[in-house]
Amino acid sequence: MPVIRIGNAAGFWGDSLAAPRRMVESTRLDYLTLEYLAELTMSILAHQRAKNNAAGYVTDFPLVLKDLAPALARQSWLRIVTNAGGVNPQACAAAAGLVLTDAGLGDVRIGIVEGDELLYEPDIHNVRSGRLQPAARETFAHLDTGEPIDAIRDRIVAANAYLGAGGIVESLSQGARIVITGRVADASLTVGPAVFEHGWSFDDLDRLAQASVAGHLIECGAQVTGGMFSGWTPDVRLADIGYPVAEIDSDGAVVITKPEGSGGQVTIGTVSEQLVYEIGDPAHYLTPDVDVDFTGVHLADDGPDRVRVSGARGHGVPERLKVSIAYDDGWMADGTLVIAGPQALLKARACADVVLERARSAARMPARTNAEYLGAGECVPGIRPLADDPPEVVLRLSAHDPSREAVERFVRELVPLVTSGPPGVTGYAGARPKPRRVLAYWPTTIARERIETHVTVLPATDWIPH
Amino acid sequence: MSPTVPLSELAHARSGDKGNHANIGVIACDQTAFEHLGRALTAERVAEYFAALAPSAVVRYELPGIRAYNFVLFDVLGGGASRSLRIDSQGKTLAVTLLKLPIPAP
Repeated sequence: MPVIRIGNAAGFWGDSLAAPRRMVESTRLDYLTLEYLAELTMSILAHQRAKNNAAGYVTDFPLVLKDLAPALARQSWLRIVTNAGGVNPQACAAAAGLVLTDAGLGDVRIGIVEGDELLYEPDIHNVRSGRLQPAARETFAHLDTGEPIDAIRDRIVAANAYLGAGGIVESLSQGARIVITGRVADASLTVGPAVFEHGWSFDDLDRLAQASVAGHLIECGAQVTGGMFSGWTPDVRLADIGYPVAEIDSDGAVVITKPEGSGGQVTIGTVSEQLVYEIGDPAHYLTPDVDVDFTGVHLADDGPDRVRVSGARGHGVPERLKVSIAYDDGWMADGTLVIAGPQALLKARACADVVLERARSAARMPARTNAEYLGAGECVPGIRPLADDPPEVVLRLSAHDPSREAVERFVRELVPLVTSGPPGVTGYAGARPKPRRVLAYWPTTIARERIETHVTVLPATDWIPH
Repeated sequence: MSPTVPLSELAHARSGDKGNHANIGVIACDQTAFEHLGRALTAERVAEYFAALAPSAVVRYELPGIRAYNFVLFDVLGGGASRSLRIDSQGKTLAVTLLKLPIPAP
């Protein structure tokens, strides 16, 4: 059975810049995937595009691609699939085209996958005026609450449907070595190459299910190779942790592994923890490609740092695609102070009270505020009584309000406590806490037939704007 | 009082977010522990432990193939990654917190 090896060397925007090159130089891959988009990354990118219509993609990607150019030149078989396109795959392809051309790889074909964007002719100079496409009979009601979208309709910043693997397969079949997508389901970055290489049909649901599980397992990078593992022990090397490889054969058999000699570990334990990561009903793990049943998934040892994954089943294809909408929801800011003991917790509470009292007396109390006493046992609040007398506590104050000024003034009041508060207060050397826009999340769905995927494949040089 | 052990003696776990909801996957060490947790680690028990987070519901699902339970805790993240005021806006530490839960010894 022919086997393809798909490695994923980015699990989110901000993941290690060195990992992709280290990966392709330490193990043979057919495909490298780079997954950058969390639920809210799209809205951050939409804001960037609002200020500059050449922005709105993941700017780590051109840097990574530059680093990968020597490997791309040597490994003629290697292809890259990434969702780095964000809300602007064309601009991302232009940046990638420049990098490849500079590296003497101007004839490498770059494909982009578009069609996920649901804003109707967004005004790129003021993205807040963007309107949802007038899709007849779509209510875009909140997936959890059923609330109609009217409440937030005029504050929408980004709206994107999750596309499946189809556009990736089409790009690859047009000869793309680099595929850049916008919002595509994370697992589809892996499903696309598997479908293309093995010539599967999109009706082949059990194989799609197996490839989707493989994609789910590697999409968060090192979280399946020993990162975040609750069986962590200090003797497992994490500094050079290997990023994951999924081996997928033409029957849909899957093995999860990592580059030989790299740090971290791939065990039934690490793989089972990632299998359950951020899932809901395991009988229905929904992707645009297939409704996957995880309940029969079985894991087996397949040698050192190799785990075999079997038993995923596909039960149909979802009729509706997930849509993530981000809307403007005011401003937030947070600031911290370190308070050393004795009586660290008591003093930290007194500091928080000072800030709250000043806001109250100035009639500038933000709509929502929160005080946390980190180090006293409050990472998950209210589960157990706070430690009586911790040696030191980090006071973290945060605020949320429609007004930027309100949250800024609130957290600024932390600073004077260094001189005017109780003794033993420090840790305020950095810049003032900066308010940030809140882009709240509105999950909803859209009928599959209303989404049209567009693919464009061109040599790298042709993507560079003239 | 029957003797108890922390959940970490019987299982390992991972947690994460979906909007304002969190999930905690709990993987039993072996088949005996899986069956024991089936009785001892109910959705009600988990809801009670995390009562301070005021979940609107807690649902338990089973993944028998890997001897795991998946708990979905609804509306526990203070608004979720985008608007929660908490340091752990994504519920990453819920798993290690649950692993401290005392469970009747098998």
